[in-house]
Amino acid sequence: MSAPRLAIEALSAISLRDGNRPILRRVSLTVDTGEVHGLVGESGAGKSTIAKAILGIIPSQVKVTDGRIGFEGRDLLALSPRDLRAVLGRDIALVPQDPSTALNPSRRIDAQMTDGLRLKRGLSAKQARLRAGALLEEVQIRDPERVLDSYPHQLSGGMRQRVLIAAAFGLEPKLVIADEPTTALDVTVQKQILRLIRSLQERHGTSVLFVSHDFGVVAKICDRLTVLYMGKVMEQGSTADVLAAPRHPYTKALLAANPRYDRPDTGLEPTPPEVIAALRAEIAAFDASVMGCRDG
Amino acid sequence: MANDLLLARGLVVAYGRPAGLFTRRGVSPVVLHGVDIRVGKGETVGIVGESGSGKTTLGRALLGLIKPAAGSVVFDGSDITALDERARRPLRRRMQMIFQDPMSSLNPRHTIGRILIEPILLHGLAKSHAAALALVHGVLDRVGLSRNTIDFYSYELSGGQRQRVGIARAVVLRPDFVLADEIVSGLDVSTQAQVLRLLKELTGEMHLALAFISHDLSVVRSICHRAVVMREGRVVEEGPCERVFAAPVADYTRMLIDAIPLPVVDPGWLTRGASVETATSP
Repeated sequence: MSAPRLAIEALSAISLRDGNRPILRRVSLTVDTGEVHGLVGESGAGKSTIAKAILGIIPSQVKVTDGRIGFEGRDLLALSPRDLRAVLGRDIALVPQDPSTALNPSRRIDAQMTDGLRLKRGLSAKQARLRAGALLEEVQIRDPERVLDSYPHQLSGGMRQRVLIAAAFGLEPKLVIADEPTTALDVTVQKQILRLIRSLQERHGTSVLFVSHDFGVVAKICDRLTVLYMGKVMEQGSTADVLAAPRHPYTKALLAANPRYDRPDTGLEPTPPEVIAALRAEIAAFDASVMGCRDG
Repeated sequence: MANDLLLARGLVVAYGRPAGLFTRRGVSPVVLHGVDIRVGKGETVGIVGESGSGKTTLGRALLGLIKPAAGSVVFDGSDITALDERARRPLRRRMQMIFQDPMSSLNPRHTIGRILIEPILLHGLAKSHAAALALVHGVLDRVGLSRNTIDFYSYELSGGQRQRVGIARAVVLRPDFVLADEIVSGLDVSTQAQVLRLLKELTGEMHLALAFISHDLSVVRSICHRAVVMREGRVVEEGPCERVFAAPVADYTRMLIDAIPLPVVDPGWLTRGASVETATSP
């Protein structure tokens, strides 16, 4: 087997503002070539921190204390800002959560899409415009010329997310970070966007790290998944295995809390107190062992 | 029906748009095109639809927060459509609302205690501050918040706690009807489960009629008796949840249900279904 495209090893981080509270606890995960890997958890689980660490945009109050982010044989955490900038956009791209804030409201779509094509792919302005139009067609936008000449506010949320997906995949990156890309969208639009990400990803052999809080969405698009709780990996495995037979009590609790229209008598189960107690104990034991190592 | 608590017929709402800095006057898009809806005593009715379907506008029209251009709203036998502010005041206690974002609906300068006690005194449900406080203690116990929550400000609470305060504020006034607009959409799934469970128990105990606006059909299925499906300002389907989900009549309902991703692996799901059409701008 070839080496994984992305290999996060024992990534640890603390919040400097909050009394050095740990927010990532030795997270390890790999994303293979052509794999869609789900990063699942509730708020505060550390999903976004991991995505930000890969993209080199960790907020100033967060400090990475340990670990490495291996990409194509290099540690992204060790790259100079200049070297990292060369990788981002060209090899790693982001599909953000909120399509309404990710685009610059005062520039036309054309200008925003062609920036990357000119700077990262070295196309001329004319070539870039043609390529941008072709990319919009690839995300099933029927009248690309009109969209290219539009400002973001003239497009619907679903259209804006298509534009962002086209821009991300357009640079033919090896890895796409999709950070809750459908959370802000209606359910029918969400399905179209998921279909689009999956088909582009398959066509280009792109690896995707798919951040989500929704087990339903993850079930439909991810090959494997990692379940996070308080910055610690609770469970990892193929999506089919984890959903059919979750091993960790936290995964079970999350699935039991999820309402399902096909099973109206199940769902909405509160997390049992003994599960919460066990989770707290697991986190405390981990923190104690880390402290022990440091002292020793 | 004899048991109808709230009955709306032929509601038409158009938003007039005054001339703005960049727009000319005169455009007034119609957002509700003659909507009929009824909510029985003690019944929970889910109002579902995608963005732009008019579900929030419908909720506001039911409470009289928007004046409809046509149609009527009858509450407990009397027509309340044309009531002015003064005549409506006695109804305010009986018709309550729980908001989507408790962070922006709870006054950040007031303690939770003040937020809960003031309406009780205003509506004359207690004669003294002490009596109102006793009611507040009771409702805090019931919604699973500790009594010292009254000393906190809304921003000191978690999202789930804030939404419990929102529920407490509504039910402490002993209303007959509550409108809940997307009240769990910002919450984690485990917190969502607790809040929905609480709401379900309270509507049962208090024989409360609830209009539950949501974009999430699985949530609606789990707590509502009936569902009203809206699209572009019209009701496209209405019926008991059991029937609507098992055998939807409208194609649109079928499409909405098919678009819900269930947490089961189903390789054909992504490419199946009606929503394959390409997108046109804008």
